[in-house]
Amino acid sequence: MKSFRLERVFLPTAVVVVSAVGLLLAAGTNGVEPLKLIVEGSIGWPPFESGSSPKVGDTVMVWVPIALASAGLIVTFNAGMWNIGIEGQIIMGAIFAAFVAREVSASRPILILLTIVAGAVGGLLWGLLVGVLRTAGGVNEIFGGLGLDFVAASITTYLIIDPWRRAGVASTSGTDPFPDAALLPSLGGTRFSPLAVAIALLAIVGVWVLFRGTLYGLKLKAVGRNRPSAFLMGIPTNRYLLGAFMICGALAGIAGTSQATGFHYRLIPAISGGYGFLAILVVLLARFRAFWVVPISFFFAMIAVGSSQLQLRLDVNSALGGVLQGVLVLAAMFGLGWSAYRIRQRIAAAGEEPG
Amino acid sequence: MISKRLVHLLAVLLAFALVAAACGGDDGGSDTTEGTSAATTTTTSGDGGTDDTTTTTEGEPMEPFTMGILLVGPEFDQGYSQAHFEGAQWAMDQIGGELISLDFINPADNPGLTPEGVARDMIDQGAQLVVFNSDDMREGAFLAAEQNPDTPMIWVSGDSAWADGRAYRPELANLGNVWGQMTFGKMIAGCAAGLTTETGKIGYLGPLTNDETRRLVNSAYLGAKYCYENYRDQPADSLEFAVTYIGFWFEIPGVTLDATQVVNDLIDGGADVVMSGIDTTQALVRSGQRADAGEQLWAVPYDFEGACQEAPSICLGVPYFNWGPAYKEIAERVMDGSFTAEWEWLGPDWSDINNEDTSTIGFLKGDGLSAENSALLDEFIAGLGDGSINLYTGPLNWQDGSTFLGDGETATEIQIWYSEQCLEGIEGVCDLG
Repeated sequence: MKSFRLERVFLPTAVVVVSAVGLLLAAGTNGVEPLKLIVEGSIGWPPFESGSSPKVGDTVMVWVPIALASAGLIVTFNAGMWNIGIEGQIIMGAIFAAFVAREVSASRPILILLTIVAGAVGGLLWGLLVGVLRTAGGVNEIFGGLGLDFVAASITTYLIIDPWRRAGVASTSGTDPFPDAALLPSLGGTRFSPLAVAIALLAIVGVWVLFRGTLYGLKLKAVGRNRPSAFLMGIPTNRYLLGAFMICGALAGIAGTSQATGFHYRLIPAISGGYGFLAILVVLLARFRAFWVVPISFFFAMIAVGSSQLQLRLDVNSALGGVLQGVLVLAAMFGLGWSAYRIRQRIAAAGEEPG
Repeated sequence: MISKRLVHLLAVLLAFALVAAACGGDDGGSDTTEGTSAATTTTTSGDGGTDDTTTTTEGEPMEPFTMGILLVGPEFDQGYSQAHFEGAQWAMDQIGGELISLDFINPADNPGLTPEGVARDMIDQGAQLVVFNSDDMREGAFLAAEQNPDTPMIWVSGDSAWADGRAYRPELANLGNVWGQMTFGKMIAGCAAGLTTETGKIGYLGPLTNDETRRLVNSAYLGAKYCYENYRDQPADSLEFAVTYIGFWFEIPGVTLDATQVVNDLIDGGADVVMSGIDTTQALVRSGQRADAGEQLWAVPYDFEGACQEAPSICLGVPYFNWGPAYKEIAERVMDGSFTAEWEWLGPDWSDINNEDTSTIGFLKGDGLSAENSALLDEFIAGLGDGSINLYTGPLNWQDGSTFLGDGETATEIQIWYSEQCLEGIEGVCDLG
C-alpha cells in the first residue's frame, strides 16, 4: 500500500521537478532562481510578505477565472463531454456582463449582481448552444465548441471596434473602462475581490457536493461512463448532457464577468486570457477532483503573473513562463501515466503469483 | 525488488536535478538582480618586486540610476518597440545607468499582466523612472502614477500633462508625456513616395484609427502630394493615396486584419509604393517578396532606424524615432530633482535630422531612393527646416468635405495633434464615427 502511494505521488513529482529544472538549465538560468522569482513576482518573497498585497491580488484574480472554469469543466468531463467551447463561454459571459456594465444604471450592489447574473446567463446560453448542437444536431462537442469559441471572439472584436468603440478611436485594444459602480468591489489598492473569491470557492464546493451527495450528480456520472446503459436505465441522457453544458457555461460566464469587471475593467479582445484552455489542463491534472482544482489553478495563476520576473531580473524572455507551464503539464501527465502503468503492472504481477 | 529499483531511479533523477541546479552558477541571477554597484577604487602599486593591491570602499554603495520601460510589442521588432528599447539603452549608457525592460505588455500576449503591475515590479526592483511606451497603456499609466506618486513616469504619446490636452490630469504631478514630431518624418517619407511612384498610387498600411494615426497619415499624404506636384510637375489630383487600417499597432492573429494580406490588397489595387504606419515591418517585407518575384515596388517602413535591413533594395528610407536624447534628458532631470510633469512634442534637429545626440526624429534614406530623388528630397527637407514649406497651410479640407483650414490659414499645434479626420484626397475609412 505504501509503495503504491510512493509511486502515485513521488514518481509524478520527481518527473515534474526534473523536467522543470532541466528546462530552466537549458534556458541558461541556474535552475532554481527562476522558480523563486516566479513565486516572488506572484505572491512576494517570503510568500505573502507585507507589501505584496497588490501582487497577491492580481494572482488571486487570475486564479478566480481558472478555478471557475475548472469547476465547470469537471461537470462536463464527468458527463463524458470535452467542452472545448469553454473559452467561448467565458467570452460570452464577459460580453453580457459588459453590456450590463455599460448600459444599465442602478445602485452599485444591484449593478454588480446584474453583471454576475448576466455573465452567467451569457455563458449558460453559449454552453447550451454547444449542447444543442451535440444532442440535436449530432455535431461533436469538440468541433461545435471550437467553432463557437471563434464566433464569440469575433463578436468581441466587432463590438470593440464598432458599436462599443471609444470616441474617435477605432482600435481593437478595448472599450472604454466601465463605470466604477459596475466593477467588482476590491480591497483598497489591489484587484483582490473577496466576492469573486467567494463565488469561485462556492462553485468548487458546489461541484464537489454535486458529485458526492446528489442523485443528479450520480446520474450525470452514469451518463458519462456509459450513455447507452444510462439511457436503458431510464435516465434522459440528452437532458443531462444539456444540463452539464448549462452548469459549465454559467460558471464559465461568471469567470468572464470576473475578467471584465474584476481584472481588466473593460472589454478587450483577449478577455478570456486563454484561461478556459488552461482550465482543461487543470482538470486533467486534478483528475476531475474538485478540491485539487484550488492549488493547481493557483499554481498556474502564479506562473501567469510571476513569469514577467524572468525577463525583468534574469533577462530571460518571459515567454519561458508559458513554456515552463506547458512542460510541467506534459511532465505531470507523463508521470501520472507512468505511475498508473507501473501500478497496473504490479497488480497484474501480484495476481499471477501462486497462493 | 521493483520498489527498490524505482527508489534508486528516482534518487538518481533527483540527484541529477540538484547537482545540475547547483552547477548552473548564478551568473544571470545575482548580478542583474542586485542593481547596485559599490563606489570602489582599486589601486595597485609595485614595491620590491611585489604588487600590493589595495581596495578601498568609499562610503555607502552607490545605486546606479535605473530606468524601467514597458514595451507594447517585442523588444526586437525592427520597429516601434525596438526603437524605444535601443533609445532607452543608449540613454542609460550615456549616464551610466541601468535599464530594465519588459516587452509584449498588451492583453493579447500577456493577459495576466497589467501595466501598473509591471510598473510596480520595476519600482520594487529599483526603477527611479518608469516609461510606458504606448498610447494603449493609458489607463495603466494613470493607475501607476496614482499608486506611486513619488516615482516619475512618462506616458509616451499621451496628453495627460498638456494643459490644452483632452486627457489633461493635473493631479498626476509625476506623469509626463513625450512624443516626437513624426509629422515631419512622415512628410519626408511621403515625399520620397511621391517622388518615386510610377503608377501614381501610394498605399498606406495603417494601425488603428485615432488622432495620432490620422495625423501621421495626413502628414504622409501632404508630403507625397507636395513633391508629386512640385518636383514632378504632376497634377495633385492624379495622385491616389489609399489607407487601410488593420485595427491595432501590430498584427494580432484572429483579432486584427492580416497585415500581409492588406499589403497584398494595396499592391493589387495598383499601389507601387507601400508606406507603413504599423509597428512592425510587413509592408517592407511583403513588398520585398513581390519585388523579388519581378514586380516593380518600393516601400517605406516606420519607427526604427534599422528597419530598411529587411529589404534594402526596395526601401526608399525610413522615418524613425531616436528616443535616446529625450530619455537621457528626462533621466537627468529625475537625477537632479528637476523633473516635472511636462508635455513635450520634440522636433527634429534641422541642422542634421540624423544626429543621434540631438534629433528625436530622423529619416534615413534607403537604397531604393534614386540619386536624383535623393537630391530633391534634401531640398524638401531644407524647406521644412527653414519654414519655407509649411504643408499644414490652407486651403485644406477634411475627408467629408468640411473645411479644416481656410485659404492661407496655417494649423496650430492643437489642430494638428487632434486630427479629427483624414484629409480630402485620402481614400479609406479613417474614422468610424
